[in-house]
Amino acid sequence: MSAALAARASRRLTRDRPAMTALATLLGIALACLIGPFLTGHPPERIYPDFVRVGPSLAAHPTEAELRPALTRLAFRMRLSLDDAARDGDRVRLRLSAEKPIDARVLRLLPRSALFGPPTVLDRADDGRTLVVAAPVRKLFFFLGTDTLGRDLLTRCLAAGRVSLLIGLTATLAALLIGVGYGAVSGMAGGRIDALMMRILDILYALPFVFFVIMLLVFFRAGLWLVLVAVAAVEWLDMARIVRTQTLSLKGRDFFRAAVALGSPPGTILVRHAVPNTLGPIIAAATLLVPRVILLESFLSFLGLGVQEPATSWGVLIAEGARALEAAPWMLAAPAGFLVVTLVALNRLGDGLGAALDPLLSRDPR
Amino acid sequence: MIPLIARRIAQGLPTLFLVVTASFFLIRLAPGGPFDLERPLPPAAMENLRRVYGLDQPLVVQYGRYWLSLLRGDLGPSFTFRDLTVTDLFARGLPVSASLGALALVLALVLGLALGSLAALRRGGAADRLVGLAASLGLAVPSFVTAPLLQIVFGLSLAWLPVAGWAGGNPNNLILPVITLALPHAAGIARLTRASLGEVLIQPHIRTQRAMGLSRRRIARHALRGALLPVVATLGPLAAGLMTGSVVVETIFGLPGIGRYFVDGALNRDYTLVMGTVVLVAVLVIVFNLIADLLAAALDPRVRMAA
Repeated sequence: MSAALAARASRRLTRDRPAMTALATLLGIALACLIGPFLTGHPPERIYPDFVRVGPSLAAHPTEAELRPALTRLAFRMRLSLDDAARDGDRVRLRLSAEKPIDARVLRLLPRSALFGPPTVLDRADDGRTLVVAAPVRKLFFFLGTDTLGRDLLTRCLAAGRVSLLIGLTATLAALLIGVGYGAVSGMAGGRIDALMMRILDILYALPFVFFVIMLLVFFRAGLWLVLVAVAAVEWLDMARIVRTQTLSLKGRDFFRAAVALGSPPGTILVRHAVPNTLGPIIAAATLLVPRVILLESFLSFLGLGVQEPATSWGVLIAEGARALEAAPWMLAAPAGFLVVTLVALNRLGDGLGAALDPLLSRDPR
Repeated sequence: MIPLIARRIAQGLPTLFLVVTASFFLIRLAPGGPFDLERPLPPAAMENLRRVYGLDQPLVVQYGRYWLSLLRGDLGPSFTFRDLTVTDLFARGLPVSASLGALALVLALVLGLALGSLAALRRGGAADRLVGLAASLGLAVPSFVTAPLLQIVFGLSLAWLPVAGWAGGNPNNLILPVITLALPHAAGIARLTRASLGEVLIQPHIRTQRAMGLSRRRIARHALRGALLPVVATLGPLAAGLMTGSVVVETIFGLPGIGRYFVDGALNRDYTLVMGTVVLVAVLVIVFNLIADLLAAALDPRVRMAA
């Protein structure tokens, strides 16, 4: 792809409003997945037993309604009876009592519950059988709610996004390398070798590849890298076709024939002239491949064959959400939203790139 | 026409050979066996079972035997569904999967062609943009999201349709699964139709027709015929995929099709069931590709001449 063509393509792309919106959305999602899990205030695996299946909201937790049951549970675990609890702003005042004098060390359970800060004893009565304690109430936010174990869904979606995007990009890159290599060699070689390589491709096309992927994953303990390899092995075929067609059409061009006439070795021609000039359609096709890879990975994860716990991906979260749909619809909505927005944006960007890089339309409209 | 059919079949045979060979040895390489239980069987019983099913023979002999029975049309006994052969299982499940798949294919074609043509004929207009958005959504929303959403909305909230189940093929039970299956393919066909019809519409013969004063409707009909070719080309694998059932849709809607067999068979090391499913899919892909080729030849004289 020449510099002029690249400049023209990027000029056309910047004028393509849907494609630019898609690009901005993608960058936003990628950035959020990358740094978001550090900013939400919850590690993705942190379990809050007091906040199981909390709905999405902007309000801070614990709410008034959640405070009392949480305190009752805590008092029970401390083997104390909770006589009185009053919230005053972001502090809570408790009156706790027991049959025997209270060992103040049990109060350590308060900060350990993640709901409260370190407590201070305000008053002792009845020979230490009654304590009046004040503790700051922490503010926890679950913007997208929590799951059935009480983990923050926003953090999990973002952490899952890392895995999904990573698989999408890496598998696409792998498919790209195999496909470009195969296609360029086939197109450059031409004649018998080309015909043979295309016949092999035809046979591979007809293979029920998804079945082989499922077999591999079922038989050999799915792991992240195996999913990657399997997906890449399925998706390189289209890329090989595109590159071969491009290479064939290049072979008739003057600059190409000049390179041959000047005696450049085939390898040099391949790397210097064939591959760079097919870059445009390859970029567009690769952008459209990423969503397919992500979708395939989430399908496999939905079947329980893809990414395994404790790692998570959007497909895994969607599968969890689909199981808890009636009780907690946000558990499906949140990861599905992330997945769908990403896929739509990738498809739109791919379409935009395809149009911008199309050499047939490369004259700017006047 | 005959050479076309012959060529397709000649192309199909190596594929079939490769599919059978690769999947046969892949399954056998996998750790575990079909008779592994939580509490292991007594060695003598295991020995007997393996002898009955011919698993005690060398792998190459088993491979040869599988081909021999396959050529007789026998897919062998299932290892997990006792007393049933794989053929029996397909005889039960295939009608379910195939009827769902056929309905979904028809729905996807009707929706996709209609919306795609609309978008191409009104290129750049509001309808075009709307179809474009709907199509990219349709492609992006996976069926395991669509299915539970449809169940919640139409099954539980509105209670118009049954949530799941087959109920002997009651039409009401088919509606939600068929929609779920059809939506992504409708979106794909719509995109394809829009692109190919758009390309045909700027060609000289269409300009000539317009110059000759043909009505928009007749021009559209002429153009659509040419634009159908790329759609027809994708129809082969699409039909084969739809007919052989979908794991996701059949699991979520609790349908007794054959979509579940492959994953379950692989998990249970049901060698013959896995092999049978793969063979069935491969054969159907070959058959439907042939049908798609014949359709293309019927649509386009250039394809007929080349063959």
